[in-house]
Amino acid sequence: MDNFKGVDYFNTESLLTQEEIMIRDTVRIFVSKQVLPLIEEHYSKGKFPMHLIPQMAEIGLLGPNLPEEYGCAGLNNVAYGLMMQELERGDSGIRSFASVQGSLVMYPIFTFGSEEQKNKWLPLLSKGEKIGCFGLTEPNHGSNPGGMETKAVKVDGGYLLNGTKMWITNGSIADIAIVWGKLKGKVMGFIVEKEFKGFSAPEIRGKHSLRASITSELIFDDVFVPDENILPKTTGLKNPLMCLNQARYGIAWGVVGAMLTCYETALNYAKSRIQFEKPIAAFQMTQEKLVYFLTEITKSQLLNIQMGRMKDNGTLKFAQVSLAKRNNCEKALEIARMSREILGANGISNEYPIMRHSANLESVKTYEGTHEMHTLIVGEDITGYSAFL
Amino acid sequence: MKIAVCISHVPDTATKINIADNGKEIDPAGVTYIINPYDEFAVEEALTTKETLGDDSEVIAISVGNDKNKETIKKALAMGVDSGVLLKIESQLDSFGIAKALAEEIKAQGCDLVFMGKQSVDFDNQIVGQMTSAILDYSCISVVVDFKLDGQDITCEREIEGGKEVVAAQLPCIITAQKGLNEPRYASLKGIMSAKKKTIEEKSAVETESNTEVIGLKKPPAKNPGRILGTDSSAVHELVRLLREEAKVI
Repeated sequence: MDNFKGVDYFNTESLLTQEEIMIRDTVRIFVSKQVLPLIEEHYSKGKFPMHLIPQMAEIGLLGPNLPEEYGCAGLNNVAYGLMMQELERGDSGIRSFASVQGSLVMYPIFTFGSEEQKNKWLPLLSKGEKIGCFGLTEPNHGSNPGGMETKAVKVDGGYLLNGTKMWITNGSIADIAIVWGKLKGKVMGFIVEKEFKGFSAPEIRGKHSLRASITSELIFDDVFVPDENILPKTTGLKNPLMCLNQARYGIAWGVVGAMLTCYETALNYAKSRIQFEKPIAAFQMTQEKLVYFLTEITKSQLLNIQMGRMKDNGTLKFAQVSLAKRNNCEKALEIARMSREILGANGISNEYPIMRHSANLESVKTYEGTHEMHTLIVGEDITGYSAFL
Repeated sequence: MKIAVCISHVPDTATKINIADNGKEIDPAGVTYIINPYDEFAVEEALTTKETLGDDSEVIAISVGNDKNKETIKKALAMGVDSGVLLKIESQLDSFGIAKALAEEIKAQGCDLVFMGKQSVDFDNQIVGQMTSAILDYSCISVVVDFKLDGQDITCEREIEGGKEVVAAQLPCIITAQKGLNEPRYASLKGIMSAKKKTIEEKSAVETESNTEVIGLKKPPAKNPGRILGTDSSAVHELVRLLREEAKVI
């Protein structure tokens, strides 16, 4: 087992409570013991490690920030973020699984669902007995979800759903999909169950990124969704965007985990790799890179803790989440790429985690709002001018 | 039934240890402390036993030390232990002192079944369980890799050279846990959150004294650096020659 102790140049641990530290350490050990030994093999085979789901559920990693009455742990947002950070130290695909199940499936049921829907689905989802996915993006509508073509029509006893969703994490293994479609021009949420006639979820093959995660297309061909499966409190496009905001928050934390493992790998490598009769860590150009990594890690750690505290006290704006997601993903990808440079040719080998993280982070920088969209969201927030609407 | 599990708070085995200025203790600065790994097996076995009994049994964690031990007690509470007791001491005790303190508390709590690690990885005396049982006049089965309880009857397996030894005893009994007894559970996130609401009772350990005294701690002598004989196949002959003539191992 690796004995990862974290990277904490500015003693940010002193800003955490004992429970937050214990939660971080529990997930850290889980990742060291259960994720790291098998992740490279799953990644190269393009498989999600399904057997981890019951283990993740047992520890309580699925929807842990929801209340205890639905079988969840009731964590605060800092603890939730630390959990995401540790999961992504393992792999972005494992973190994505937890992000989708918690922030994009359990959160909308909790927030927009009826009491019956909450009681029926949340305990099953938190126990990992049912898997969920979230369908918003379409083949022709990524950054502009408002243009979605998926449509629902009211029929006797329910709705008829038609359309296609694309790039859906967990799609092919999901028992339920939270699907967003237009009903009389207004975006509404539906719980689509995998048994519903006319619903299929073929897996997208040929990915060079997030290979240890399932990504699918969702196809709805005259799918009948009964009345009781509409999310009754949904009122429009802002609802799925609220879900994305939850997920972005987790991503801003998660990518720090990828930064930590790339930094640690590059630092250890630089200290042991001898060229010109000295460790490459002794060269100024290597030190410049390592110091840059540590600086960006430290900034992200401080930003995340403050963001979490603000989320807990209800003062966090969605544009602030955008800033954190935008910054941290960009820096994580940069650190992964530059760590690869420090490892030279060895950096491309799966003996080291760097190339896997680098490839994963290409997706992470894009999903849940591209880098460009987050730029425009923060841009609008500070200038008052929307550059895209 | 009340089940006790005795846990100690020890430096992480991966921590670099420095000796304090007095030359008799380790310097705690910069040292990460963890629950003694063998005690984690003990906690797991106590919790499994309680779950198997399925009655109103409770598991109490007892630790001898100072305020810092509360972190370790909390870890046990997060794993599912019902409550904790911290027996505070002024200065480090030897195994006998710790055994006396534990025995007094086990008696006061009325615990008939006690689990603890076979040894703590700090001082490695491997004797507290046996001493505690002698003081209490309990049975003791040490270094256990399998534990079964049927009413008052206990059957345990111990690893011995080339095989296994099956040992039977009756309650009250102390079991010391060896690696292999079980796979300790993770503290679940829910467990960590609910540990906040569980109590840790703090009291002074009974008046105790040590039978032995630590006179000094010393680090092992630095290892001589290795020798590189060469990097190609011509070094093999030299290596064989040195193994035969200098090290005299072949």
